[in-house]
Amino acid sequence: MKYIDEFRNLDIAARISGLIKEEAKGLEPVNFMEVCGTHTMAVERFGIRRMLPENIRLISGPGCPVCVTPKNYIDKAIALTSLENVIVFSFGDMLKVPGTNSSLFKQKSKGKVRIVYSAFDAAVFAEKNQDKRIVFLGIGFETTVPTVAATVKYAKKKRLKNFFVYSGHKVMPPAMKLLAKDRKVNIKGFLCPAHVSAIIGMKSYARICEEYNIPCVIAGFEPLDILHSVLMLIRQVKSKKAKVENQYNRVVKFSGNIKALQLIDEVFSINDSDWRGIGVIKNSGLILKKGYGDFDVEKNINLPEVKTSLDKGCICGSVLKGIKTPLDCALFSKKCTPENPYGACMVSSEGACAAYYRYRK
Amino acid sequence: MKTITLSHGSGGKLMHDLIKDLFLKNLGNSFLNKMGDAAFIKSGAKKLAYTTDSFVVKPLFFPGGDIGKLSVCGTVNDLAVSGAMPRYLSCGMIVEDGFSYADLERITISIRDTCRSSGVNIVSGDFKVVEKGAVDGIFINTSGIGEVFDSSFIDAVRVRPGDKIIISGTIGDHAASILLAREDLKFKTRIKSDCSPLNEFVASIICRDIKFMRDPTRGGLATTLNEISATSGYNIAIEESGVPIKKSVRALCEILGFDPLYMANEGKLIAIVSKSAAANVLSKMKRHALGKDARIIGEVRKEKDKKVYLKTQSGGLRILDMITGEQLPRIC
Amino acid sequence: MTVLFLWARQFWQGFNMCLAIPMKILKIEGDKANVSSGGIQRTIGIDFLKNPKIGDYVIVHAGFAIEKLDPVKAEETLKILEELQ
Repeated sequence: MKYIDEFRNLDIAARISGLIKEEAKGLEPVNFMEVCGTHTMAVERFGIRRMLPENIRLISGPGCPVCVTPKNYIDKAIALTSLENVIVFSFGDMLKVPGTNSSLFKQKSKGKVRIVYSAFDAAVFAEKNQDKRIVFLGIGFETTVPTVAATVKYAKKKRLKNFFVYSGHKVMPPAMKLLAKDRKVNIKGFLCPAHVSAIIGMKSYARICEEYNIPCVIAGFEPLDILHSVLMLIRQVKSKKAKVENQYNRVVKFSGNIKALQLIDEVFSINDSDWRGIGVIKNSGLILKKGYGDFDVEKNINLPEVKTSLDKGCICGSVLKGIKTPLDCALFSKKCTPENPYGACMVSSEGACAAYYRYRK
Repeated sequence: MKTITLSHGSGGKLMHDLIKDLFLKNLGNSFLNKMGDAAFIKSGAKKLAYTTDSFVVKPLFFPGGDIGKLSVCGTVNDLAVSGAMPRYLSCGMIVEDGFSYADLERITISIRDTCRSSGVNIVSGDFKVVEKGAVDGIFINTSGIGEVFDSSFIDAVRVRPGDKIIISGTIGDHAASILLAREDLKFKTRIKSDCSPLNEFVASIICRDIKFMRDPTRGGLATTLNEISATSGYNIAIEESGVPIKKSVRALCEILGFDPLYMANEGKLIAIVSKSAAANVLSKMKRHALGKDARIIGEVRKEKDKKVYLKTQSGGLRILDMITGEQLPRIC
Repeated sequence: MTVLFLWARQFWQGFNMCLAIPMKILKIEGDKANVSSGGIQRTIGIDFLKNPKIGDYVIVHAGFAIEKLDPVKAEETLKILEELQ
């Protein structure tokens, strides 16, 4: 596949791995955080950890939108399916996330939940089925937000009366800032997300880099991109000078995608948002602006009352930050398993606990 | 309260644990305990293979096949990979009240055509109708009897370090076609299920050097290799760059985030072959239409931690666990 | 804790929405384009793409092109990777 296979080249990967091992010799153990769930997956999928020396540690950050969606959101989404004529449309990976009593997957067989690859498909369905009320679950970071914004604009243009978005969208930089500040996590460098950066631009990391003196490298998702970026971070650490570097410049521009950012700004406004396992982070969420209120589910449909159980004993917040290990958690592998996950880290196959569970078994 | 969940049926770890802790514990005997794709039974001088399978695939009709074709191929293939020529099948259907007659006819004709092309006969059948909602459309069970080839010595205990692992063709086709047929993801592709009877194919390659075979259905190649590793006791190592996959299936997996190594196949087999005979078996496979994409993908190792290792495309190392959850329910 | 990450896992349970891959534009019609990769085709939105052209490779995510892939920069990056020391 073009522009994919070239960046998975075996020989170049081996060479960069060798360079990394050379450069890292004698370095105190460092934590680099890859924020995006897709990076976490790529690292596992290509077996990259085994190509790194022991003193270079890659920690997974909270960049998995499914993992950090609050349980209450899931409960409300499930409750929506019980309303007459409502069909909930969602991205596939949301379906297995457990709420307090059920999951969206369990509602699917009743025909009340549908999987879509694009928010736009949900709007088109709404257009063709005016007797149904379509609620699209807006989950995802800045990569996904413009696609939902474009869809809402389409709904407005077509004057749809039966299409709604339940926004659970979040933005990355505030979460990265929170982690950069945290001395316990002790991050010495960020592998910045590839496609979020394509939207928000290289400039978005300048403040974090300066304020906390943390090296930032925007890394593509292919193995050569990741290895190259790790090398770049190590070199920054050794030079003791933190800056923002753009390894993925074949896609990411300095100012990002201006049209996409304008679209987001037109349709959404910022609010405080609850991250499962972490808590509320200021200015980290997105809600529909007043002008698009007709498409905001919370303004148009009476969301049923839900009682969300607390994740008692769950220490995902600390695990997500790499401060504690799954073994430190009293629920791990007893009450909390991949089949019956409690917290964010076990919910997603990208989470640390899901990984550790499989290793143990 | 303990309950059975979808994950128990995914062909992965939970299911294996359930089989061990409940079914083998209560029903186990020398036949069942082998957990083979088929049981071997002696009838006078003849050695027979006997197997059963149930089909709950959704949707019922998909590019490349339907539940009828699948219900014949599934059982025919379990017998074929056990080194037997399938002869006689039984067929039991459970149908939902209100099911379309035209669909039932279409499925029955599909069963007929697949039986003809694989040289088997349905010799016993059963038909039940249940109230609406008690079953989703139609569920089918088939069981089958076959005659073991004289040149077949399929047994996991024969597997040894150094044996080569051969896959008969591209992976993930069936699961990809089901996924596209089930959800409206609006991709235009020519992907279709690889659902095919493998008995003639097996007849053309069977020899003493083939120590073990299995068809990688639910849970895909990775899960089946884990099963073989567990039964034989040896580690297995394969190379990602050697695993054949259609461009379109690969692209779909990259776009949606599916791992083709865990995706079901319904017209492929894995063969564990002695090192000296591997090239020969491979070339015999390639001469058959169902084996033209066959490749040697790895080998059995001497270490015994019962793990399956993958050398990734970019040279990294990954352990392929057995599937734990349910990637795509009702895949077959 | 490094041990935690030494063993890979069966991730990739399906449907990861953060994924986006480069696909080639085959046809453009208004704010929609027909794109292809490996024989798979789809109609996607190009609402926030600047001057898309047929033959461009674009990063496709959730049914939209989120950015163009610059082939010149891609070649440059590959060269850098090959010459790293």
